[in-house]
Formats: sequence, C-alpha cells, structure tokens
Amino acid sequence: MEVPFALLIGIFFAAAVYLMLSKFLVRILLGVAILGNAVNLLLFTTGRIVREVPPIIPAGADHQVAVTANPLPQALILTAIVISFSFFAFLLVLSYRAFQDLGTDNANEMRVAEPATDPAPPTGY
Amino acid sequence: MAAPAASAIDLSRALVLAPPPVADWLVILPVAWCLLSGAVLLMLRKDVRLQPPLAIAALSVLLLLDALLLWRVVEGGPVTMVMGRWLPPFGIAFTVDLAGALFALFSAIVALAGGLYAAESIDASGRRYGFYPFLLLLMAGVSGAFLTGDIFNLYVWFEVLLISSFGLLVLGSEPKQIDGAIKYAFLNLVATTLFLIAVGYLYGLFGTLNMADIAVKAAERRPGLPLMTLAVLFVLAFGMKAAAFPVNFWLPASYHTPRIVVSALFAGLLTKVGIYALIRVMVMLFPVEGDALSFLIAVAAAATMIFGALGAIGQSDTRRLLGYLVISGIGVMLAGVAVGGPGGIGGALFYALHSMVVMTALYMATGIAGRLCGVFDLNRAGGLYGRAAFFSALSLVLFLSVSGMPPFSGFWPKVMVAKAAIDIGAWWLAATVLATGFLTMIAVGRVWALAYWRPEKTASEPAPRASAMLSLSALVALTVAIGLYPDPLLQQIQAAASLLAEPSAYVNSVFPQGAR
Repeated sequence: MEVPFALLIGIFFAAAVYLMLSKFLVRILLGVAILGNAVNLLLFTTGRIVREVPPIIPAGADHQVAVTANPLPQALILTAIVISFSFFAFLLVLSYRAFQDLGTDNANEMRVAEPATDPAPPTGY
Repeated sequence: MAAPAASAIDLSRALVLAPPPVADWLVILPVAWCLLSGAVLLMLRKDVRLQPPLAIAALSVLLLLDALLLWRVVEGGPVTMVMGRWLPPFGIAFTVDLAGALFALFSAIVALAGGLYAAESIDASGRRYGFYPFLLLLMAGVSGAFLTGDIFNLYVWFEVLLISSFGLLVLGSEPKQIDGAIKYAFLNLVATTLFLIAVGYLYGLFGTLNMADIAVKAAERRPGLPLMTLAVLFVLAFGMKAAAFPVNFWLPASYHTPRIVVSALFAGLLTKVGIYALIRVMVMLFPVEGDALSFLIAVAAAATMIFGALGAIGQSDTRRLLGYLVISGIGVMLAGVAVGGPGGIGGALFYALHSMVVMTALYMATGIAGRLCGVFDLNRAGGLYGRAAFFSALSLVLFLSVSGMPPFSGFWPKVMVAKAAIDIGAWWLAATVLATGFLTMIAVGRVWALAYWRPEKTASEPAPRASAMLSLSALVALTVAIGLYPDPLLQQIQAAASLLAEPSAYVNSVFPQGAR
C-alpha cells in the first residue's frame, strides 16, 4: 500500500510547488494548503499502512502480535493538521487584507515595503 | 469491567516513579511561566495601564528562572524531565544542556530589554491589540525551542514562536507591514514545513523522536541509512529560518516594517533559534553528515556574509541596513558551524549570543535615533551627536561591536571563528570573516558620519524616552562587559561546544541507567 501512497504524495508535492511558484497570492495559498496535506500524508505513510487492526497487545503477550499501523505518526498528523489549518486561516486573512490595502494579489507588484525607487545613501555631506 | 489488579503491573518499566528533584522543575518552568503569564496578559489586554508593569515583572521572573537553570546546568550537567512521567524515549523529554541554557538566558535578557523599551514606545492601541501577550507567547516558543529534547516538540515550538511573530509583525496594520508580513509568513511557513518533512522521514528511519535516542541510534546504524537526504533537508529548513544566503530574502523584505521594538526582538531571537536548531541537529545528531556538508555550508556562509555586508552598504534607510547586518552576522555563525571543532562551534555559539544582544540594541538605538531625527533616511538625518552626546556614545559602542572591533563582545567570537578556519586551512573563509568586518565597518561608519556627525538638518526636538535609554544602556553595558572580561562566558561556551560534539552527558541525562 505504501508505493501508491508514495506516488500520490509525489503528485501532491509537485502540484504544491507548481502552485507556489506563481506570483498570485491565491495560487500560492492553494499551494500551501496542498503542501500541508502532502506532508500530512507523508507522515501518515511513515507509520505503515495496513487494514484496520487495533494496535492492542493481547492478554498474555508482551508485544504486538499482529502487524498494525503505528499510532504515533497519526498523533503527529493531528498536531500538524491543527497547526497547518490555523496557519492557512491566518494566511487567508492576511492575503485578503493585502488585496484590500495594497490593491493587488500579484506578489511582484507588492513593492510598498521595498520600493523600487529607493534613493541610494549619500556619498558625502 | 474490573481493571486488572494494579499490583500485577510493573510500572517502573514504563514510568519514572521517583518524583523529580525540585531543582529539575526549572527545566519546564520557563516555558510554563511564559504560557501562563501570556494567558493572564491576554485576559487583561483591555487594561492598557496594567500591561507593561505586569509583563516586565513576568519577563524579570523569566530571566531569573533562566539564570537559575543555567546555574543548575553548570553545577550538575544536563538536566532532563519527561512529560507525564513516561520513560524516554516514549515521553516527550525536555533536556537542557549548556548550549540550550545559555541561549535561553540570553533570549530572556533580550525579551526583558524589549519589554522595557516597549513600555513607552508601544501606545495604548498596540497594547490593546496584544503586544505583550504576543511577546510572552513568543518567549514561550523561543524558550521551548532552546530547552526541548524532542525533535517533533522542537517543530511545535517553532510554530508557536512563528504564529506569535505574525501577530507582532502586523501590529499596526500599515500597508507596508502587510506587504512585509506576506513575504515573511509564506516563506517561513514553507521553511517549517520542510522541517516537518525531515521530522517525518526521521521518524520513519529511527522510530523515535527523542534527540538523545536519535544521536545514539544514528551512530549505531549509520551505514545504509539515507541520512544525507535528511541532513540536507534539515540544513535547508534551518538555513531558511536562519536567513542563510540563497533563502534569506524574506528577512530584508520584512524586518524593517514593524514597530522598531518588534524588529529588535526579531533580530535578537528568531534567526538565532534557526542557528541553534542547525547546530543541535548537524553537530549533535548527524555529525558525520555535518562534516560531509561542511563545504556547502561554508560556501553559503561566505555568500551570506558578503551579501549581508554589501546589502547594508547599499541602504539609505537605517532599519533596512540593520536587516542586512543581521544576515551578515548569520554568515559568521554558519562559518563557525562549517569549520566545526570546539573553536568553530564555540565561535558560532558565542557569535550568536553576542548577536542577540548587539542586534537588539542596534535596532533600539536606531529607534531612538529615528525619534530624535524624525526620519530613518540617511539622506536627511543628522546632528545626533550635538543633540544627545551620551546616546551617541552608546551607539558608537554598538557600531564598533557589530563590526567586531575590540574591546567589545563582537571581537572574541570572530577571532575564534577566523582562527579555527585558518587552523583547518580554510584561509578563504577566515578572509571572508575579516572582509565582512571591514565592510560592516564602512556601512555603520557611514551611519555614524551622516546621522551623528553631520551638522543638523532636521529640526524635531523630542528627548529620548527614559525606558528606551535604560534598556539600551543595559544591553550596551552587557556587550562592553563581555568584551572586557569574556573568560567566564568563554569557558561555558567551550564546555557547551564540546558537550554538543560529544553528547554522552546529554544521553546519560536522558537515559540514566544506560538502558534503552
């Protein structure tokens, strides 16, 4: 099961990188969202993918008998999902605000902080 | 259903049963204290007059806690505490060694100075918006990153400090800030995502997230594992966080946009967390891969130094100039990491601590200068020396210190890095360090000549604020003290560097019986 997942993750990463190379904020936002999901899938796959077998050690045994998925990466994903979701929400609001204040969603045209016509420092008094 | 009899289960195989010594609670207290006081300040954020004294008191307590923690680590070696009493590597461990404790202490100094500076410079609306709660939560993230012994936990603290820094960055919501925040937020998010990818692969390879456990297992199982891929991912992620050359353009795009005290805090805290994480991972966890990548890191370091210094020379806005100086300082630290050995790593650690103090103080000095002149533009500023002689003297000390002139704190780490580079035959790296010092001198010397010495051109006449002068003087006193008497700090830094290269004491503190 891991190989199709690896391919899927590769496609996710490719789509995310392609979208993030755009100069328009909306596309970059979509790229960030897909990137977050690609990483979550990657973490999920590192924990082994099997059919639904509960990771419970049976009575009398002192280690796992059946092959089960590792629950820890799933806990990591929960953390990562919460974080990437909150960041995405923040970036969404920030981008909307940038569109309102700067009047553009083109990153190349956002030159308020670094004006193209900044004067050079003086060479003398 | 009745639970199985408790007596039949040997809890000592899963849990730490003995209560930890009282002094060990110091490991977790800085983070817990910041989260707690941040939450209290958040609840009281409408009470704008109460915010500064409460926050300054909270940051003073944080400084005290970090000082006690450093004392505890110097006396008794690395300290470990696990969450929920689960035995490591299953419980999330907080492990503090000398390097972590030193960084935590200096970050607390920077935060206290920033909190003090902000008392008069952040107005009521900024306080209502939540400057102080964000500052305390930022410190929770920074302290957590310095003190944790678990690599996924390190990622979580990175995100905590990142989201708090977003809040601080857009404080004021000017169009310029929104513009800077867009670039800062997107690129930093990509950097932490790269870090998360590396952590995912790391867990896939080793089945553990505890740093001590990883250090041991990486040494045992190195052949056949794709550790180089991991190491490159970590270098890229932390290099991006630290603003190393090809991936540093978010820093000059954003650091000059927020309130000046926010820039000061960012310059002192954020990039240094990236450098700390890079040293922790490349020196302690993957030393072999770190050595293999050292030429790459050295080239990036040289490019970062020259890029930063030349960028600083080309700026007419003093705040943007300082952003480039932050970058060139990162280059010196990376050079130390690339050279390696006690001299190189020690130099990198020392330079990071020096840079935390001096870059924060420089932004504060620029803030005061901007208030006195009314502008940050070198084409129009002037006459500071005639108007505020004491303040100008403090600024001159900082200018000399950031260029690495003796007898201030920037001199010693540069000597360490340059000497270590010459010792391994990397003369070009040593030459770049020295050339960067020279170029930095030109950049700040011009600020001195134009904004301070040039006869008056502008006519605004406010006095410097008392709290700003107090925090600036304290930081300048610290750089002078370290410069004149570096021995105590130097000894601890050398011990910290050797502990990072040979982490047996760190591992023993996590796994006391040697059983894993």
